[in-house]
Amino acid sequence: MSDDLYREAILDYYKHPRHKGHLAAPDIRSHDHNPFCGDEVTVELKVVDGIVVDAAFDGHGCAISQATASMLMEEILGKTMEEIRAFDKEYILEMLGIEIGPVRLKCALLPLKVLKAGAYGLEEWPE
Amino acid sequence: METMGPMRIAENLLSDQTAALRQDFPILGRVLPQGQPLVYLDNAASSQKPAAVLQAMETYYRQYNANVHRGVHTLSEEATTAFEAARAKVARFIHAPTPRQIIFTRGATESINLVAYSWGRANLGPGDEVLITAMEHHANIVPWQILQEQLGFTLRHVPITPTGTLDLSQLEKVLTERTRLFCFVHVSNVVGTVNPVQQLVTAARAVGARVLIDAAQSVPHMPVDVQALDADFLVFSSHKMCGPTGIGVLYGKRELLESMPPFLGGGDMIREVTLQGSRWNTIPYKFEAGTPAIAEAIGLGAAVDYLTQVGMEWVHAHERALTAYAYARMAEVEGLQILGPGPEARGGLVAFTLKDVHPHDIAAILDRSGVAVRAGHHCAQPLHTELGVQASARASFYLYNTVEEVDALVAALHKTRQLFAGQKG
Repeated sequence: MSDDLYREAILDYYKHPRHKGHLAAPDIRSHDHNPFCGDEVTVELKVVDGIVVDAAFDGHGCAISQATASMLMEEILGKTMEEIRAFDKEYILEMLGIEIGPVRLKCALLPLKVLKAGAYGLEEWPE
Repeated sequence: METMGPMRIAENLLSDQTAALRQDFPILGRVLPQGQPLVYLDNAASSQKPAAVLQAMETYYRQYNANVHRGVHTLSEEATTAFEAARAKVARFIHAPTPRQIIFTRGATESINLVAYSWGRANLGPGDEVLITAMEHHANIVPWQILQEQLGFTLRHVPITPTGTLDLSQLEKVLTERTRLFCFVHVSNVVGTVNPVQQLVTAARAVGARVLIDAAQSVPHMPVDVQALDADFLVFSSHKMCGPTGIGVLYGKRELLESMPPFLGGGDMIREVTLQGSRWNTIPYKFEAGTPAIAEAIGLGAAVDYLTQVGMEWVHAHERALTAYAYARMAEVEGLQILGPGPEARGGLVAFTLKDVHPHDIAAILDRSGVAVRAGHHCAQPLHTELGVQASARASFYLYNTVEEVDALVAALHKTRQLFAGQKG
């Protein structure tokens, strides 16, 4: 793992986010924020036969939260809801390829919280 | 008008004295994990401590650790003497008429809560108004909101201008004969605005309101005279002024403190207890239930000694010069926007935003260069909302900061700018 929190790929996803915006008719929509940073993330999914066929996020906040959200949208295309429900902290850290201190971990995990809340049909992911 | 350029200002800083002062703070010699020296610019959050403070606390624990006010043995007498000496030092430091008007609390936040729960519950009800300002720290907003729910008074606020000063043209509308208490910050912890205390107190007096001054960002940085300010209540924290965490001060006018009911009940705050009822101790003890933070009080006393020895006029002048220099240098960074008024009218801190870079990213990247700044809303969310920004980064200075450290900050900001350069879309 690189210890550079702002490695090129992360900055690239922040500056040029993929899958940012809204879907025309999402089947799942969930939202949450991180009061510490003021990060906000909304996730929308199009699901056919339990498989994610389209995904979009919207939001604002720090580079870590927004880049993670963007990367995560790419990752989940073609995944089943069951697979998504099994995502955990390690999955995100491996995807980012960086080490994150306890304070910024909240930023990195916000998109996962939002995504999993959606996958479980919850309004908000329990703390 | 600022007529000196940044370099002239820098030359005018008494760098020899700063270099000597830095030797007093062991932590400033620290090297960070990636090998950079520490550039500590988060002093508005908490300051570093000189060796004299650490030493005073250690000596208490090593040589005369005992409870205060009750023991008749040698250690307890020594501890009581040192504890009360610290109170007297604090009283002199802010020009309080007597040490008994210095109430030790856990910090500025608890001091405000003490006033809210003791004075507020005895004096506020439906039809009354408490006035705050839009630039208050959460500590001077939330206790009043909680109390408002219970007592049914009205909480109003003085709005701010886009440059982060109080909109005094609105004062007449919100400060009325119904206002019982006007709570305002002396120096803003975000925009750095130094509020016109005299004018605000005079206005409060005209309608018969009491004033509570949040001096958490002024007492550590400039000479403060509670009698000259005519403060009814004034609060501050030790850890922002070279002292330890866990202790702070409530100053109050004597007749007010004496007429107020206790805040917390327990030992030390009573004169007599029967199973039917109790009689309260005199001030300050009436408000200091339970064993106080003895080592911390002694540490605060040592911090006051230290600051007095350096001289608060010098501390203030040093910070003003450093802040003017930082203001000018930071303004050179592309896309950097400083919140609040110009350098001539602000305390020793600069909060800012950088276009397209979230404040937490700024702080994280500066940290890679060893530069410690704060990011977020600095416990002043309403102020950020009023200014139309979500959050900001903040560099805040103290007596030991140098021109070279400001240069390191500016260099790291340029680096941040480069890292985030390119279209965002």
